[in-house]
Amino acid sequence: MKELSVNHLLGIKYINENDINLIFETADHFKEVINRPIKKVPSLRDITIANIFFENSTRTKLSFELAQKRLSADVISFSAAQSSVKKGETLIDTVNNILAMKVDMVVMRHSHPGSAYFLSQNVKASIINAGDGAHEHPTQGLLDSYSIREKLGEVGGKKVVIVGDILHSRVALSNIYALQMQGAEVKVCGPKTLIPKYIESLGVTVEPNLRKALEWCDVANMLRVQNERMDINYFPSTREYAQQYGVDKALLDSLSKEIVIMHPGPINRGVEISSDVADSQQSVILNQVENGVAVRMAVIYLLASKIK
Amino acid sequence: MTRGLPTLKKGLLLHTKHHSIMSQKILLTSKEIAIILHRLACQLIEKHLDFSNTILIGIQPRGTFLAERLKTLLESDYQIKDVALGYLDITFFRDDFRRTDKLLEANQTKIDFLVEGKNVIFIDDVLYTGRSIRSALTAIQSFGRPSEIELLVLIDRRFSRHLPIQPDYRGRQVDAINNEKVIVSWQEHENEDAVYLVTN
Repeated sequence: MKELSVNHLLGIKYINENDINLIFETADHFKEVINRPIKKVPSLRDITIANIFFENSTRTKLSFELAQKRLSADVISFSAAQSSVKKGETLIDTVNNILAMKVDMVVMRHSHPGSAYFLSQNVKASIINAGDGAHEHPTQGLLDSYSIREKLGEVGGKKVVIVGDILHSRVALSNIYALQMQGAEVKVCGPKTLIPKYIESLGVTVEPNLRKALEWCDVANMLRVQNERMDINYFPSTREYAQQYGVDKALLDSLSKEIVIMHPGPINRGVEISSDVADSQQSVILNQVENGVAVRMAVIYLLASKIK
Repeated sequence: MTRGLPTLKKGLLLHTKHHSIMSQKILLTSKEIAIILHRLACQLIEKHLDFSNTILIGIQPRGTFLAERLKTLLESDYQIKDVALGYLDITFFRDDFRRTDKLLEANQTKIDFLVEGKNVIFIDDVLYTGRSIRSALTAIQSFGRPSEIELLVLIDRRFSRHLPIQPDYRGRQVDAINNEKVIVSWQEHENEDAVYLVTN
């Protein structure tokens, strides 16, 4: 019987390849739905979803909300700035209070790694992790793979390099798990200070030289430098970072093949990628955003079908 | 492209996984189906003439075969040019989401035109409870407001409707009780044109 092997989406680590395939097949259908004149289906009419964001987010929150509304779910959203969390309420209390209002599913972003898992063990609702600290951001990992599959036909056998701030990146970890699960080869590239010490234990290799990494890969996923998470200086200056690890058009054009450029957003234009690269034909950045809604619709639909 | 097709192979039908013995009876032979398809095509032409404002919509997953057959027949035997044909998947519009143990898996929807102001003909192989057609009536609205909608089915299972929905064109009316199943197989997919009544 085809269905997800899990009741929550806490991370790519907790799902398997069949789950990913099922999510992608379902997302294909939702992508067709969101390109119709009327982009809404009534499947989740009797489902209520709470989006709880303890950390800032624009695109992920919008994308989740839109996905939920396109499925006709009732949606409540709140961010920590306006909540009683500031008054000292615990996470479980906050969420249980929301669930007491008959909520079926919780989408949560939190700055602590493992918070989504913790929640899934302690409350009665289907949990979707929308980012837990530097741990995982599973829907981003899925939509990145989905975008590669859309652009290159399949993920298996492709070579993907993740460039930049790997240390602080939940996107990197979810991408590594998702890509490897589907048979892609992954390298990471960035300043040594921003590469986690034991990254090779995940089966990825480190390539400190950006040009070599780009020559090797089919897809380059450029991560944002997360200044807000940096408590110390990991590199001398933004200018030096851009020179060593930023991609511009001249560098892309000098490569022996055409590669696909991805970025999870928000872009620091002129730092990790230049404007002419971000807006070029090789970039699939806006496709990633569109696919994000379809993939999230698929995840929500598949998890909701398991709520009895 | 997925179509969620139950496979039907001759000879295998009598043995199920659960070792219960099924019996099957043929309802329509390939010759009878051919005659019915011609009759249905003629009935459609009588109403829709040159099909200039008419669209055929095959209901996924199994209505698409019949819809394709009718399109081919109208174009080859009755010289009607470019009959518009689309496929409509109703999965996300069904009323039994979370009410069955099985995940409702979607199929491809392919409607490359607006249905605004058109005469739409829904085409399905078997009309049973009427719930699929109810869903299709909602689903089609995502593509505009049709001028009118009609329903064509190959097999109309009488006395089993849950909703007040009746076909405008029917191939054959069948009285089947609830533990009986009507299985339509097509040359393109199951290597024969036939309709069976299967009893558990």
